[in-house]
Amino acid sequence: MSRENTIQLEETNMNKPGVNSLLKSINLRSLIIVFALIAIWISLQIATDGTFLTSRNISLLFRQMTPIGIISIGMVLVIVAGHIDLSVGSIVAVSGAIAAVMQTQMQMGTIPTIIALLLTGLIVGVINGYFSTFQKIPPFIVTLATMLVFRGVTLLITGGSTISGMNPSFKYIGDGYVSQLWSTIIAAIGILFYLIFEITKRRSKTSKGMNVTSTNWFALKLIAVCAICVLLVSTMNNYEGIPIPVIIMAAIVIVVTFISKNTRFGRRLYAIGGNSEAARLSGINVNKEGLKVFALLGILSAISGLILTARLDAATPAAGNQFEFDAISAAIIGGASFSGGQGTVFGAVIGALIMASLNNGMSILNIPSAAQFILKGLVLLIAVWFDMRGKIKGK
Amino acid sequence: MNNIIKEFPGVKALGGVSFKVKKGEIHALVGENGAGKSTLMKVLSGVYPYGTYTGSITVEGKVQNIQNTSDAEKAGISIIFQELSLSSNLSIAENIFMGDEPTKGMLIDWDSMYSRANELLELVGVRLDSNVLVKNLGIGHQQMVEIAKALRTDSKILVLDEPTSALSNSEINMLMNLLEKLRDQGVTCIYISHKFDEIFRIADRVTILRDGQTIDTLSIDSLNESMLINLMVGRDLNQRYPERKRGTGKGNPILELKNYSLFDYKEGKERLHKINFSLHQGEILGIAGLMGAGRTELVSSLFGAFNGKSEGQIMIDGKEIKINCPQDAMKQGISFITEDRKNLGIFPVLSIKENMVIANLDNIPGKVMVQESEEKLLCNLFVDSLQIKIGSTENKITSLSGGNQQKVILGRWLMRKPKILILDEPTRGIDVGAKYEIYSIINRLVEHGVAVIMVSSELPEILGMCDRILVMKDGTITGEVLQEEATQEKIMSFAVGGSV
Repeated sequence: MSRENTIQLEETNMNKPGVNSLLKSINLRSLIIVFALIAIWISLQIATDGTFLTSRNISLLFRQMTPIGIISIGMVLVIVAGHIDLSVGSIVAVSGAIAAVMQTQMQMGTIPTIIALLLTGLIVGVINGYFSTFQKIPPFIVTLATMLVFRGVTLLITGGSTISGMNPSFKYIGDGYVSQLWSTIIAAIGILFYLIFEITKRRSKTSKGMNVTSTNWFALKLIAVCAICVLLVSTMNNYEGIPIPVIIMAAIVIVVTFISKNTRFGRRLYAIGGNSEAARLSGINVNKEGLKVFALLGILSAISGLILTARLDAATPAAGNQFEFDAISAAIIGGASFSGGQGTVFGAVIGALIMASLNNGMSILNIPSAAQFILKGLVLLIAVWFDMRGKIKGK
Repeated sequence: MNNIIKEFPGVKALGGVSFKVKKGEIHALVGENGAGKSTLMKVLSGVYPYGTYTGSITVEGKVQNIQNTSDAEKAGISIIFQELSLSSNLSIAENIFMGDEPTKGMLIDWDSMYSRANELLELVGVRLDSNVLVKNLGIGHQQMVEIAKALRTDSKILVLDEPTSALSNSEINMLMNLLEKLRDQGVTCIYISHKFDEIFRIADRVTILRDGQTIDTLSIDSLNESMLINLMVGRDLNQRYPERKRGTGKGNPILELKNYSLFDYKEGKERLHKINFSLHQGEILGIAGLMGAGRTELVSSLFGAFNGKSEGQIMIDGKEIKINCPQDAMKQGISFITEDRKNLGIFPVLSIKENMVIANLDNIPGKVMVQESEEKLLCNLFVDSLQIKIGSTENKITSLSGGNQQKVILGRWLMRKPKILILDEPTRGIDVGAKYEIYSIINRLVEHGVAVIMVSSELPEILGMCDRILVMKDGTITGEVLQEEATQEKIMSFAVGGSV
């Protein structure tokens, strides 16, 4: 790129601050994925003669997506930091197995079981992270190895057979619903908090004399977000209320989005993935932050295992098989890049929703599993292809 | 080569270089860092393809339009770069014949490959079997393999860029003997080096480059060392440097080094040997020296960024401290701006704002969360005071010119309110106007009592900016020059290691 070009680029940016900041505030990239999701939903709605977008199926779809969705939330941050974790599926299996043994053979309560699972996730995440960062072994290799190890431990614990018969309170985490009344209350509180958060953020900016998007666009954005929330919750209320796993996932999305955007830890992850050497020279403890993100993913994978085991009311030795594929695909479809430094929690969740919608829709349509695999593979390839083309043109 | 002009964005690297080499001679190419030697050789060898520069290259009467390195090879030109480009997990023979393996039908003819490789090794005078893996060879032998590879293509012109920088004395001898032997066989050799003893030993003629221009081509017999130095640096200070009130006397010493030595982790090689100096408040201490003198090693180890083991003392404000990682240095109020902005400085996928605040997240108000509005306020403050020309702090840093990128990095480190600011080649790859602005910023800091260490390969910059200049060679400090008495010749003679 010649110097003249660079200058031109700066000038055009300066000339159109309005349009530019508008696009930035909406975030073009996440808008595209949302549109892709809507397009997929409409096509499936037509193909299934209206079965896809019923209250019952939407409720089911969101419940189905939670195990992968929760993992992809952590996976995207691991990818942002420039790493990868292939062992998530095995972590799901191992935590499910531990839960089942605690509940059925040791007669433990639900609360101790949950605590034990979170600890398990933390420990295996730290193991992955320690070898990948402090010991400088490529995470691909580390987690490929732990994928086998954790799967082996699962077989050891379960003795190779399915264990079932959980406590009712444990099962409730997987297949329960929040009643319609409480769903409405939770949604209302959520929306209220969201509005307060956005408005105070905007006030604090204007009070410090900073540029903000115009009031109209701001209002439009708030209304759009609230409308989508109301629509989703009322759809689910039409059936039985919000499924418990969906509430858990929503809470995780909010917390982890917040972590990734507004905490020092989150911001450092983007820097490490963007240029790890420069991050080190900026005084960031690259190994420590890397370890933390693997630990976070470990915990989220264990939560995923918890929900899966609770929903199935059973721990199977093959649980969580190929979850790493779906979670990585979701993150990538959602805009994460293997070169690091790019990707958002929101994108990953929408990515997971796209994958789940395809699974769900194709099951309704009775498409044979062979074709399902092929289609999911192609979706991943096309998503990345589009992304790369955009990037090459952008240069 | 005739009237070669090559421009980089914002910088004219070569401004009309003409250069003739006779058949069968060893022709030395000398000049300061950044004079354009390596650029010229990259033009010759096709790294910069025909069309990205103007001017013409003629080999044995034929004009050559060299598009890539294999065109150059066909024209009989081989280049051996400073960093060797061998694949260490392959054998010598595989490296020599890489890309052009002898074949029998579809298959590689291993027998003839090894036997021809052995012949070539004999030709360069190395007694080695060609099936040895390259990683088992010393650097000197690897260099010989590179030369054997060049001879395989019947090179008429062999270019060596700083070939001895990593060699031991006996290996240098081996190389010199080989080059003399090749000269007798009619191979032309272009020899780029900073080391005068080597040049006076083997070169027939010398061409001096300065600021991208040919100064002169002379026979080696008509020259001596000091004449050569004069030709290399002799230029007017045509760039202007902003005025600054020079410190009256010395401020308090803020940083002192006593018998500071540094060793590589990998090879245990000594990179710095017993360095002693002190840095005072409100002064700019320049560190000059040629490439490989240990300047970058010194400053990056002061920041805890060098992967090695140190001995000796570092004192800050009279107290001895240990610096093991960048965080330690930052706690002591040291900021460090690296020479390699592209690879070690910027985060290319992140925004200007992110790039600026990344080293300061601890200092931005907010307990758990980083307050976005505080962050933006801080950024805008620095954007204004450093006069960074940008549309929005949300734009990617790569949309900026080099000078503005460097100002963003400066902003990143000034946000930490450093007591000591270390700058390694602060104006590399930056156009003249932005350079002046960066100099002004540095001066303003010094007037506020910040102590600055400035490493630079550009002597005029060192002379124009610094209060005191340390000159390094081979990991030691060979001289200290005060601003009043500093001349380019004086610094250069310390840097090449001779006495004045």
